[in-house]
Amino acid sequence: MTTQSSSPAPFPRVADTASAPSAHGEARNPGMPLDLGWVRRVQANTSAIERRAATLPGRRSVKKEWQAAWLCRAISCIDLTTLSGDDTAERVRRLCAKARQPVRADLLGALGMEGLTVGAVCVYHDMVPTAVEALKGSGIPVAAVSTGFPAGLSPFHLRVAEIGESVAAGADEIDIVISRRHVLEGNWQALYDEMREFRDACGEAHVKAILATGELGTLRNVARASLVCMMAGADFIKTSTGKESVNATLPVSLTMIRAIRDYHDATGIRVGYKPAGGISKAKDSLTYLALIKEELGDAWLRPELFRFGASSLLGDIERQLEHHVTGRYSAAHRHAAG
Amino acid sequence: MTIKEIFDTMDYGPAPESAAEAMEWLDTQGRAFGHFIDGAFTAPGKGFDSRNPATGDTLATLTQATHADVDAAVAAARKAQPKWAALGGHGRARYIYAIARLLQKHARLFAVLETLDNGKPIRESRDIDIPLAQRHFYYHAGMAQLMESELPDREALGVCGQIIPWNFPLLMLAWKIAPAIAMGNSVVLKPAEYTSLTALLFADICRQAGLPAGVVNIVTGDGEVGEMITAADVDKVAFTGSTEVGRRIRQATAGQGKALTLELGGKSPYIVFDDADLDSAVEGLVDAIWFNGGQVCCAGSRLLVQESVAERFYTKLRARMDKLRIGDPLDKCIDVGAIVDPVQLDTITKMVDANAAGETYRSAAPLPANGCYYPPTLITGLSPSDRLMQEEIFGPVLVGTTFRTPTEAVSLANNTRYGLAASLWTENVNLALDVAPGLAAGVVWVNGTNMFDAAAGFGGVRESGFGREGGWEGLSAYTRPKLGWKKLEKIAPFSGDKGPEDPLDRTAKLYIGGKQARPDGGYSRNIHAKGGALLGQAPIANRKDIRNAVEAARGAAGWSKTTGHNRAQILYYMAENLQARADEFATRIDRLTGKRGGEKEVEACVSRLFTYAAWADKFDGQAHDVPVRAVALAMREPVGVIGALCDDAHPLLGLVSVMGPAMAMGNRLVAIASEPFPLAATDFYQVLETSDVPAGVVNILTGPHEELAPHLAGHMDVDAVWSFSSSDLAAVIERESAGNLKRSWVEGGRSRDWLSRDGEGRAFLEAATEVKNIWVPYGE
Repeated sequence: MTTQSSSPAPFPRVADTASAPSAHGEARNPGMPLDLGWVRRVQANTSAIERRAATLPGRRSVKKEWQAAWLCRAISCIDLTTLSGDDTAERVRRLCAKARQPVRADLLGALGMEGLTVGAVCVYHDMVPTAVEALKGSGIPVAAVSTGFPAGLSPFHLRVAEIGESVAAGADEIDIVISRRHVLEGNWQALYDEMREFRDACGEAHVKAILATGELGTLRNVARASLVCMMAGADFIKTSTGKESVNATLPVSLTMIRAIRDYHDATGIRVGYKPAGGISKAKDSLTYLALIKEELGDAWLRPELFRFGASSLLGDIERQLEHHVTGRYSAAHRHAAG
Repeated sequence: MTIKEIFDTMDYGPAPESAAEAMEWLDTQGRAFGHFIDGAFTAPGKGFDSRNPATGDTLATLTQATHADVDAAVAAARKAQPKWAALGGHGRARYIYAIARLLQKHARLFAVLETLDNGKPIRESRDIDIPLAQRHFYYHAGMAQLMESELPDREALGVCGQIIPWNFPLLMLAWKIAPAIAMGNSVVLKPAEYTSLTALLFADICRQAGLPAGVVNIVTGDGEVGEMITAADVDKVAFTGSTEVGRRIRQATAGQGKALTLELGGKSPYIVFDDADLDSAVEGLVDAIWFNGGQVCCAGSRLLVQESVAERFYTKLRARMDKLRIGDPLDKCIDVGAIVDPVQLDTITKMVDANAAGETYRSAAPLPANGCYYPPTLITGLSPSDRLMQEEIFGPVLVGTTFRTPTEAVSLANNTRYGLAASLWTENVNLALDVAPGLAAGVVWVNGTNMFDAAAGFGGVRESGFGREGGWEGLSAYTRPKLGWKKLEKIAPFSGDKGPEDPLDRTAKLYIGGKQARPDGGYSRNIHAKGGALLGQAPIANRKDIRNAVEAARGAAGWSKTTGHNRAQILYYMAENLQARADEFATRIDRLTGKRGGEKEVEACVSRLFTYAAWADKFDGQAHDVPVRAVALAMREPVGVIGALCDDAHPLLGLVSVMGPAMAMGNRLVAIASEPFPLAATDFYQVLETSDVPAGVVNILTGPHEELAPHLAGHMDVDAVWSFSSSDLAAVIERESAGNLKRSWVEGGRSRDWLSRDGEGRAFLEAATEVKNIWVPYGE
């Protein structure tokens, strides 16, 4: 991607929450004025990005204790998620219990990783109070998907209001969806303004911008949308709702984290990254961590700056960890359901 | 370290690939190898150690081949070849397919052994070298199968001596052996002395495939053994290695009638335009110059970045360099392995240390304490005049400078004696497709680098050598046309002391740059008819006339950019104008030769001009089917300036037969007319003058072939030299052509029937073109 080195210019309305380290321990992204020149100069060469993504798993490999440690790190970065029409309070409580104790206690003991939890629990607005209650005292934040998730096509004022209600209900993080049409129409100003309003509505809560990359058509659009959302103050950028036909992929991730890197180079601000949807294998999670380590650096390998949006990933990691401890391949029923 | 600690540091840790199976294979071989001759391993003899460059450990001892060994290998190959060729395409395809399958079945063993022996990261041997080697055998099994139907007019050369380098030991073996045996040749191959083990494992595979004894022979040893193979009774020498050695081979084989292909060094440009995806271009450099530690002939080693993005690009690049992991090649998490040998490490170190120019940046990544390692290095701010911008380093060292405009990028890129490969990065398809044809290189990668496949030819221009490996274009390196040869006989001019037949003087001059020119030396030779009558005088050209003619030809660069349609029109026009003067030329030819073939010869000339006018817009390139999402465009480009010594027997047809293909394909020509009968060619420039042929496209000299040949063949600005002279000039031409490694085409003491189909067609068109493979990966 081609960028320019414009100096960060905090946007006035959010300046008060700008650079102070939050509970997350990472300075929030104050955003900057929309720089259309920069946005339009962005390039993303699909075939080259795909080649890099395709060869990465062959270039990086972690084994034995390192693999176990990395898998624990992956767990710490999981946004344990339930986003179903049939979610109930009990279902969410079960999920929260799993979030507190993601891996069997004996295994964590053997690994010396007692106290390991997931990064957050991610639910719909209606489930926020239940989740907040269930996670009380755990330090695990609650994330709410918002703004007419997943399509983001409900009336704008309702989308903004939904954020406020979720924050009021105790959500620490808000996963908003952008209007894909703004990207497809090349209306970067509209995307920027929308993101700005969402960011403001979040107040102290961190905001993750879901780009729904599977609906943006090109990696170039993904790169440009990433940049615009960061300029408008997104704390995280996130690939997908999990409801598009194509969700997180390595090429999309590479495109987005390179945008994050450019934004950091230009502003000094670290924006987080959340791939979501379709990451279900322990091995995949290692590849993602390696990608982040290679392209962004170790600073991003923390739940403050990196999350997996995943529901079934944890189960596979649990089995791998038991294999590491016992030397025998594991079975799903040996691990607690979430 | 505890898991909790690693959880905090997020280090990679070791990820070693086991060497156990490879070590076991070496043990079963007794860790001492002889040669593979006539289907069996010889007893190990006196030789040398093969070491693991990452540790210095000895892996096995190898045998230094003696003359007797090489002779035995060549004799075995000679004996096996006729039967192997007679087996037919399908019969050969079955064996080659079996070899491909066996390479696949033993893939990991080959990969680990390669990494142990060469020091390249296991990722590369596992994911690139070995799969590509397999692919080469699969692909060429198909070529064997199709040979009879698709190449009915071509046949095997015979015995091929093949000498390969240490940077891609098995892959280079595959590139050499697969097409050779597919086309019915037998081979004697010498791997590099540092890296012979996978070739010996391959020999084992040949046995397992049941390959007939003698078809593949492997002898080991150093450069002396290479010289023995070059000098042996082989029909073809194929060499991949340094330009210096390639030049020596060209000189050593001069006049021996051996076919030769050379794949030599490079200093390949890597061009980044301001609209490129800079991150991807940075990543591309990892594959360009840090692939195999930069020990790659086509490594993108010369970085050219557009000024407006240079600083940003360098910053990104330096950051990327710091992320490279250097170390144990058997570790699956390593980007840059060991340099192949302490000797090579020393060469790299000395070259870089001797440079004081520019700004040097070394990767901050830690190097292992022991073993042959060199840090990934970037030297920016150099000028083309700096030694490191011109000479191949063959290590993980990238040198660079900036450019302002696309035109300047091309001119900097081409400011080199080499011409192997080039990469260019831009999102602008107009720019890419404009720049790619302008680059002096055999392979161009657009938004990518180091892409290889058996279906796309690989090879260079200029001092990067000649010949292609892979694709249909690669097959001509291992076949020859079936022609009805005649023994070469020197044709002497007629002498006499009679006066002129016609007292009105007709002055023949040289034809240079579209003008009639008197010879620099001021001498002429009397030309007599058979009965002794004086027909006129022909100028005696000297080396300065060659210089002037080449300069004129070089200046007529516009011809190479004209369309085929345009060139066809001019060739037709020439035919038309010749036809209008057919009687005059026929008479002239009859008087010169003392025969009665003039009319037939003029007819043949008109037809031949039609043939090449027809071909001018039809000798298409190809879009190769490579197994990635890309088009690999095999474009046919003119060779450039061709020097040709014309057939002596046919005063006009000899000239037209080289002029036609050269002009049709967009070359410029310096033709030296029939020595005994030069006056038809000098008459012909009047046809050129009336046919809209731009000045400098065709230049005609007359004079003694033997005296002119070395100057033409030795001229550094001539790209190819052909000789169909009745003087046997093969030796001098091949020897002198070594200077700039220009392509040479000599007939080796034979002559063809110019009036038949042998005198025209594809062989001429192929000699008049270079195939450039332009890889364009795509996707949005």
